[in-house]
Amino acid sequence: MANKSVLGLFDNADTAADATDVLLEAGCAQEDFDVLTGSPYPEGAFGEKNPVHHVYVFPLIGALMGLSVAFLLTSGTQIAYPMVTGGKPILALPAMFIIGYEGTLLGAVIFTILGIIFESRLPRPKLDPYDPRITDGYIGLLVTCSEEKLEIMEQALRRGNAVDIIHEKGRAVQT
Amino acid sequence: MQERVKLSDARINRDLLRSIFETPKWYLILVGSLGLVVLTGFAAAGYMINHGLGVTGLNRPVMWGFFITNFVFWIGISHAGVMLSAILRLVQAEWRRPATRAAEVLTVFSLMTAMMMPLIHAGRPWRVFYWVFPYDFARGVYPNVRSALVWDPAAVFTYLTSSILFVYIALVPDIAVLRDRSTGWRHVLYSILSLGWRGSVRQWKLQLIAGILLSAVILPIFVSVHSIVSWDFGSAMAVEGWHSTVFAPYFVIGAVHSGVSAVVTVMIILRWMFRWEDYIRLEHLDALAKLLIVVATTWFFFFILEFIFGLYSLEGPEVALREMQVFEMPWAGLFITFLFTGYLIPVPMWMFRKVRRSIGLMLFTTILVNIGMWLERFLIIVPGLARKQGFTFTWGGYTPSAVEITIIGSTFAMVSMLVLLFAKVFPLIPIGDAKEGMILQDEIRIGKVTVPAVMREE
Repeated sequence: MANKSVLGLFDNADTAADATDVLLEAGCAQEDFDVLTGSPYPEGAFGEKNPVHHVYVFPLIGALMGLSVAFLLTSGTQIAYPMVTGGKPILALPAMFIIGYEGTLLGAVIFTILGIIFESRLPRPKLDPYDPRITDGYIGLLVTCSEEKLEIMEQALRRGNAVDIIHEKGRAVQT
Repeated sequence: MQERVKLSDARINRDLLRSIFETPKWYLILVGSLGLVVLTGFAAAGYMINHGLGVTGLNRPVMWGFFITNFVFWIGISHAGVMLSAILRLVQAEWRRPATRAAEVLTVFSLMTAMMMPLIHAGRPWRVFYWVFPYDFARGVYPNVRSALVWDPAAVFTYLTSSILFVYIALVPDIAVLRDRSTGWRHVLYSILSLGWRGSVRQWKLQLIAGILLSAVILPIFVSVHSIVSWDFGSAMAVEGWHSTVFAPYFVIGAVHSGVSAVVTVMIILRWMFRWEDYIRLEHLDALAKLLIVVATTWFFFFILEFIFGLYSLEGPEVALREMQVFEMPWAGLFITFLFTGYLIPVPMWMFRKVRRSIGLMLFTTILVNIGMWLERFLIIVPGLARKQGFTFTWGGYTPSAVEITIIGSTFAMVSMLVLLFAKVFPLIPIGDAKEGMILQDEIRIGKVTVPAVMREE
């Protein structure tokens, strides 16, 4: 059976943090719910685990690729038409080092950005279920579970004092 | 130090998005006027390209004048941005919050303006592509990577690309706020740009890492860019005053001096324009002025070194050049103006708390610094070239033409206009950062006083 999501909205961080306990008691696993906020909260504020990621690998790969491309470019273009200028060698290492340095850092930056976007699970074409009040300071508890458990989770969110419950198709239910 | 007020998320959104959703009349008039100045600059550049470099004051031996001075100046301004933002992020300085975005945006626009300068200076801008792009435009002959004029575009391009990506990735959460509050085409645009950001724990965590990781990667780029700009001079042959061994760090620290001053100028103007008194507070100006005292004094130390080393070797042409800079008009007038505006007036003033916390005086002193720093670059570039040749009858001078003055003036209007246009589309103070500051602030009681405090995550 396909998984469905339901979003509980809370008007302050303390209530949302307490509601996560209610969800756990109702049989929801830690990895089945996510906390959506309009600003960064200190790690563990909602009892969440530290997310696992491999973002630090990206700049290293990018740096290596950037360095390789820079050296290929500087050596390849000069060897393709070996013309001596200013009495310097065709493959002048100080000059190649400068372009290599810039290439390395450019590669590292580009790959860091790609890594951040990839590890953040972006781009995400579908926001649903989502509520704009989250960027106004409300806290969202997003629960993803099988369709048959959805009702139980919804009740748990209500017991946790959710201000609103929002279903996947954007239906808001005032509690 | 901390004098903040408690603001709700909704209030922060309303205040910081005011520049986007409200368009006062003065804004349109200001952008329109700046746009006219920019158009005049483009017209002057067009005229120059059509008639040739003869319409400028450039002539043998002074072939680098206002355009290259302005190039170095804007590259310098661009250094504020990422340096300020990156270092403050890395050390988790609490007062960084309102300054980072303005600094980063100033970096991007001043770099774009800087890149235009050598193109205009070339006289035939399209030919620049033959010299810097790694493509055999000219029958299999590739650009000469052994030339400093190829290192420069490589460094500036890397810095510009990195700065744009840095600004964008930090903007994503704020674009999501805009997405949630906009309608019509704006909603579609912000939805695409926000990449579907929802503000999950994972996404915020990676935002934090992005700030630190990119800061760490961009700092070495920032150091390299102005170092390479100094090598444009250092690796040139037979120009007195261009071969000091301290040139690279002297250029870098000078860039930071002018750049941080420019950030303070921009912050003061934004605070006044968009009524951001609750966000850009006097404590921020105070902290930035203290930072400026350190930066300016370090820069002044390098300036003294550069000058003393020039004189100490007792080489005739070098001593003659310094004499010309200091005692002969008009150079002497410019030199004294540079000394007073770049250091001797602002730094002693910043020693006083009243000055550091005065909006008017901080605006005045930071503008003074940039007048001084522009002159500093002019005095590095032009006098050396004027005395480049060995024989006195081959010495030259330089008087900028109206075309050059118009183009240079328009670059200031262009950067101002671009910052204002940016403020119309994206928030210039990071919303997420401002909200985080509110979450982490607290008050603690020590003895008989209650003092504001800030929690910090490691």
